[in-house]
Amino acid sequence: MNWSVISMLLFIVLAPFAGGLLQGVDRKITARMQGRQGPPLLQPFYDLHKLFSKQSVVVNHLQDFLVCGFLVFIVFTGALFFWGGDLLLVFFALTLAEIFFIMSSCSANSPYSSMGAQRELMQAMAYEPMVLMVAIGFYMVTGSFGVSDIIGNSTPAIVWLPGIFAGFLYILTIKFRKSPFDLSTSHHAHQEMVRGLTTEISGNILGLVELSHWYENIFLLGVVALFLLDANWWSVPVAIAVCFGAYFLEILIDNVFPRVKWQSMLKSAWLVTLVAGVTNFMVLVLVK
Amino acid sequence: MTIISFLILFPFIAALILAFMRKGTPVRKYTLFACCALIVAGAVYFVVNSLSDGHTMSFLTETHTLDTVILIAEWGLAALVCYYSFRYRKYYCAALSLVQTGLITWLELGGHAEVLPAAHIFSDNLTIVMCLIIGIVGCLICVYAMGYMKDYKEHHTEFKDRRSFFFAMLFVFLGAMFGLVFSNNLTWIYFFWEITSICSFLLIGYNQTEEAIKNSFKALWMNLLGGLGFAIAIVYCMLELHVADLQSLVALASQPGSAAIVSIILLAFAGLTKSAQLPFSGWLLGAMVAPTPTSALLHSATMVKAGVYLLLRLSPALCGNLAGLMVTTIGGFTFFATSLLAISQSDAKKVLAYSTVSNLGLITACAGVGMYEAVWAGILLMIFHAVSKSLMFLSVGATENSLGSRNIEDMHGLIVKLPRLAYVMIIGIAGMFLAPFGMLISKWAALRAFVDSNSILLVVFLIFGSATTLFYWTKWLGTLVAVHHNSEPIKNITKKSEWFSLICHSVIMVALCVSFPLISVSLIEPFLEGMFHVTMPPIIGTGNVIIMIMMMCLIAILPIAARFLTLGKKNQVVMSYMGGANTGDDRSFTDSFGKPKRLYLANWYMTELFGEKKLLNVSLILSAAALVILTVMAIGGAV
Repeated sequence: MNWSVISMLLFIVLAPFAGGLLQGVDRKITARMQGRQGPPLLQPFYDLHKLFSKQSVVVNHLQDFLVCGFLVFIVFTGALFFWGGDLLLVFFALTLAEIFFIMSSCSANSPYSSMGAQRELMQAMAYEPMVLMVAIGFYMVTGSFGVSDIIGNSTPAIVWLPGIFAGFLYILTIKFRKSPFDLSTSHHAHQEMVRGLTTEISGNILGLVELSHWYENIFLLGVVALFLLDANWWSVPVAIAVCFGAYFLEILIDNVFPRVKWQSMLKSAWLVTLVAGVTNFMVLVLVK
Repeated sequence: MTIISFLILFPFIAALILAFMRKGTPVRKYTLFACCALIVAGAVYFVVNSLSDGHTMSFLTETHTLDTVILIAEWGLAALVCYYSFRYRKYYCAALSLVQTGLITWLELGGHAEVLPAAHIFSDNLTIVMCLIIGIVGCLICVYAMGYMKDYKEHHTEFKDRRSFFFAMLFVFLGAMFGLVFSNNLTWIYFFWEITSICSFLLIGYNQTEEAIKNSFKALWMNLLGGLGFAIAIVYCMLELHVADLQSLVALASQPGSAAIVSIILLAFAGLTKSAQLPFSGWLLGAMVAPTPTSALLHSATMVKAGVYLLLRLSPALCGNLAGLMVTTIGGFTFFATSLLAISQSDAKKVLAYSTVSNLGLITACAGVGMYEAVWAGILLMIFHAVSKSLMFLSVGATENSLGSRNIEDMHGLIVKLPRLAYVMIIGIAGMFLAPFGMLISKWAALRAFVDSNSILLVVFLIFGSATTLFYWTKWLGTLVAVHHNSEPIKNITKKSEWFSLICHSVIMVALCVSFPLISVSLIEPFLEGMFHVTMPPIIGTGNVIIMIMMMCLIAILPIAARFLTLGKKNQVVMSYMGGANTGDDRSFTDSFGKPKRLYLANWYMTELFGEKKLLNVSLILSAAALVILTVMAIGGAV
């Protein structure tokens, strides 16, 4: 067995634990920022356990099916990424997973989850250009979309891609569902449309959604790490440190900014893509 | 050779037969089915034959008699245009038609042109691909039309029943398309080009309402304008370059600094009008007043495909010059602008129309880049688009007949109301934009080619356009899968022939997704190697193909996975939460006064951001300006 298969298997097995711990840390730090004690570090795991042991009420069985599609394709996305696959294909699989999720909340046919679905779709439209730009940036720098080729480079990609990295951090706030861009569903209690996307999802099905989010978060941090990784061994600790830094930054932003309207989100995300991403791309075209 | 003449001529004969068959519905029905079967069989026979014999064929170098016949037929077409133009007082159409027919006649009869002898009929792998699209998708649409028009007549008693004429026109269209893809001589291509313009004019005006006539003339003048460009290109080719066929022209223009670029630009202009690129998108959007089979035919197998077919043929001559820049800019901009416009539309046919224009924009941009990866993507896009768009139009048409509306909002909960049609539609939508299905593979290759050619503008258009495409399709998908509680299926009046067509489309769609590497290896790659004189590296590696097939399998086994993941749970089914108590059918809730209150879930259209009022004129002006400036620059640079 080679390294790529091992890292893929590690992702599939360990990502839920890492994701759950990350959420535990997140809740702890958030609580401290707000002057609270916060729940125990392992609280997300207790929550998940409880969700799975509850009898759940569902609005229809199509929804269960679509949520499973979401989970399966998120795991597929991450596995393909950690296996070292083609970055564009990874992002396409991510989009497919996202569409399963949106369809699941549309199928519930309730006002709150429908509204959440429309907003989620808006979020997808806001971040999609930047996500594609990330793949293009890596391709320009290393001449390949393959994750395994990208990490085999002699210098970290961030040297060439500072603008694209900044742009990616910006849309990461949307992907992590952090305020100011937690429009479709929120971790905070002050939500005007109940739970948005997940309003009609409960019990074990909600547990599956939660699990998918943990997988997704670890995958996204993997993309952050990809900017830092190169052929040298010490790039690994650096990348892990930067991932923690990025996540801390997201927590900070989450606690500092109030939620914005979708118009501001769409416009600002596209503007950042144009200014940071496209400018970086233009420079690359000229230099490379 | 015989089979090619059969494919070109037989549809015209079939049209004649159908035109004179009135009232006798069962006889007419089976005649139509038989004609379709013959055409499909002919197309398949031709494809098998030419694949086993070797790939490229050319015939007919000397064709004086046939040329005369075509010239007479062209005057017939001009007379037809004049008749309609005078009848409806649209004199500019008559003028356009007379000028171009006059030009061609002067050229043919004046004897000014001394040209290199070349084959009039030419066939290679691109012809084979087109032939399959026209033959199979086109005929399936004709089969569908038989059942559809019966219901259409019952729903729309206000229109005169001109079905014989309608069916005849469908077949004329197919014949003209076959002629167009088999011809190599520019005058011949031009002749068939004009037939498709006039056919689409007649089909769009089928209902003879004021709106239909207005829109049909819009289609006519735009396409005649393109035809004028085509005619001028022919004159220039013959007088200045002494070539009269497409292959030699492209070969000539592929040399850097060639004067042939002027005619390439004019031909590209004709291609842009026919494939409804901005600023000429109006005619295709107007075409939706016609019955659904017309739209399906115009959008998928014929008409607009003629435009992109010509552009793809021209693509080696467009690589890295100003003409190419003109084509890519218009194509890329069209892709982006029309996918934005599609967001604000709720009429299903209009969304489909904008999406067609948008996808054609992408194919156009691929052709304009002129690199073999891009052309590879363009050809695959064309194939996938033909099948999935036809499927979408036909399922929307069938839904409209059963549901009485084609508004996407009314398709809310279609999966309960008309489950089978909803599934077909989901396959169509998935084919339009989702990984691992068709279109996405080509978009992937296109993106790579755009990055490789360093075209920053194109990359920007593509990434933003992909995001907006995602929005309007997913919105539609979400509407389809909404499950209303306690809601009954409504009566599905879709005819057997319509079902046959829909199911064939779905099967072809799925088969294409699985077999595209095979198509690429056996048809497209040999074609591109001949066209660009390169040995092609695989565009999508074997590893990635396997991954995509794995994704397909994952989707296929998802129902089992879903069972497994929710194993051992007795989930209780409840009503959706509505803030007040749900009254039981997900359509109303009990308000604070204890009265039931209606509730209506709508999608987001955001007309204040993406509406036609806001965007359409701006994009028309921008694209027209870009077209004029770049054309002038390109011609100025060449002369």
